[in-house]
Amino acid sequence: MTGSSEPFSEHGNWVKGMVGVTVSVTVDGEAMRLGAHGSVAGALLEAGIRRLRASPRDGAPRGAFCFMGACQECAIFIDGRLVQACLVAPREGMSIALAGVP
Amino acid sequence: MNEPRKHDLIVIGAGPAGAHAAMAAAGCGLDVLLLDEQPAAGGQIWRRPSSSRVDNQPVRTQPDLAHGDALRIALAASSVTCAFGHRVWSVSDRYRVDTLGPDGAAAFGARQLVVAAGAHERIIPFGGWTLPGVMGLAAATILLKAEARLPGQKVVVAGRGPLLAAVAAGVIAKGGEVVAIVDRTPQREWLASVPALASQPGQLKQGAAWMLAIALRRVPILFGHRIQEALGTDSVSRVVAEPIGGGARRLLDCDALVVGDGLVPGGDIARLLRIAMRHDRRRGGWVPVVSDLFESDRAGLYCVGDGAGVRGAAMATISGEIAGLAVVARLGRAFDAQRMSGLKQRWRKGQRFSDAVAEVMAPRPADVADLRHDTVICRCEDVRLGEIDGALAAGAVDINQLKHFTRCGMGPCQGRMCGAIIEELLAARLEKTREAVGQWTGRPPLRPVSLGDLVGEFSYGDIPVPEPAPL
Repeated sequence: MTGSSEPFSEHGNWVKGMVGVTVSVTVDGEAMRLGAHGSVAGALLEAGIRRLRASPRDGAPRGAFCFMGACQECAIFIDGRLVQACLVAPREGMSIALAGVP
Repeated sequence: MNEPRKHDLIVIGAGPAGAHAAMAAAGCGLDVLLLDEQPAAGGQIWRRPSSSRVDNQPVRTQPDLAHGDALRIALAASSVTCAFGHRVWSVSDRYRVDTLGPDGAAAFGARQLVVAAGAHERIIPFGGWTLPGVMGLAAATILLKAEARLPGQKVVVAGRGPLLAAVAAGVIAKGGEVVAIVDRTPQREWLASVPALASQPGQLKQGAAWMLAIALRRVPILFGHRIQEALGTDSVSRVVAEPIGGGARRLLDCDALVVGDGLVPGGDIARLLRIAMRHDRRRGGWVPVVSDLFESDRAGLYCVGDGAGVRGAAMATISGEIAGLAVVARLGRAFDAQRMSGLKQRWRKGQRFSDAVAEVMAPRPADVADLRHDTVICRCEDVRLGEIDGALAAGAVDINQLKHFTRCGMGPCQGRMCGAIIEELLAARLEKTREAVGQWTGRPPLRPVSLGDLVGEFSYGDIPVPEPAPL
């Protein structure tokens, strides 16, 4: 897997990133800064963004739920790929779309 | 596809159980590969915090962090080959493990396999539980411990089990407000469990510290209560708590609801390989049938830790070490028999405490007795209780029929979030045992994977073209 949606690794922000460091990203095209440590799901929550997608059948708002990769509620498009926001670290220049599988 | 090189042993899951199984086997000279989807060892309970570095040891005051760091240091010093960031999506016979790793699809082989898949949360559904801002107790633990983040500024903590106090104390320590603790367990049951809990003084002391932090903030604790409904438009802004069995409701304003009703052993690999399982309510649900060496009914396949029945980290460590040594013995290598008998003794001694904790967290049949008709049960597919009852009225008699009728359990989580609830619901509705109701049939992929990721970079030139037959 390549590109900015790579999962955490020994080189990822999850491990290296210290609390207090931020990166600039776009969320639905709008520029903003996110805490660089932990997961994209956690960083979005910290930035006050809790609604990540709509459920496919009812169109009801959904957000990160299990934070451990099991529930798939936080699967959104990051840099054009569908990934679980709780399993990737925020990276400089990341493009985040608050939408899941249509 | 080509068969991958065979290791002596693959361990799936680098939590307390899996890491100790791997280290025990590698310590006796085996070639061991340890896989985990997370970025570092420790599992959920001993997860590596954001600001932690193994090479720059901060002083740890919380026991979970100290345990986790000790484990990561020991693992780094061992001969275990670690592959982190690998999501296991298939396990097949003769032990081939397929993953999606940092560099794309990968396959590994081994003569023996230890599955240490851990547990996930059981969350009993209620109206509005799908709203953003509602999350699991384990989720909040991860945010607090690994990400140094609050689940919200005004948090309601609800459910059952020792994580309630741990999360509430964690929120307070990070400067958040705990609006209330809504505990399904009646106070008398907590008190009844204290003598058994006291058999592990360290744990009791930790629990007392949490309760003190909660008491100092005068956080209301509503014993014998549950969440009736979460309210809000785009995210939760208020919850309704009610006494179980009826009584006056309480409205609690909040920006996060953290809720968990116990743990369910992660049985998806066991189901996929069709090994014998049994239902064990106290251990959280379906567990593989294993020998005293944690070997399943399939030779060379071992199941350890909470994934083989919820008992907590201390017991998980022991089960992993026993299985690791059992693999060594099976492969005909030398191991320390005295160490094995010591482990078995520790396993027996630990039962009382783990039974007491498990009992507090175990599901009760009444949990699903009065769910509302319009409550979403399967989050992935938005299947409501009314549709499930409709399928039952139309003649569905086991859990897989129910899946075919309604699509419940068919979404991307693979039935992980709703399976335990739907099984319990079906057993109650049909007045059958959990064994008669059954469990989901295990199927790959265990995690959603895209075909593009599996195939990787590809051009038509890569397709081998056979030599044309001579004319």
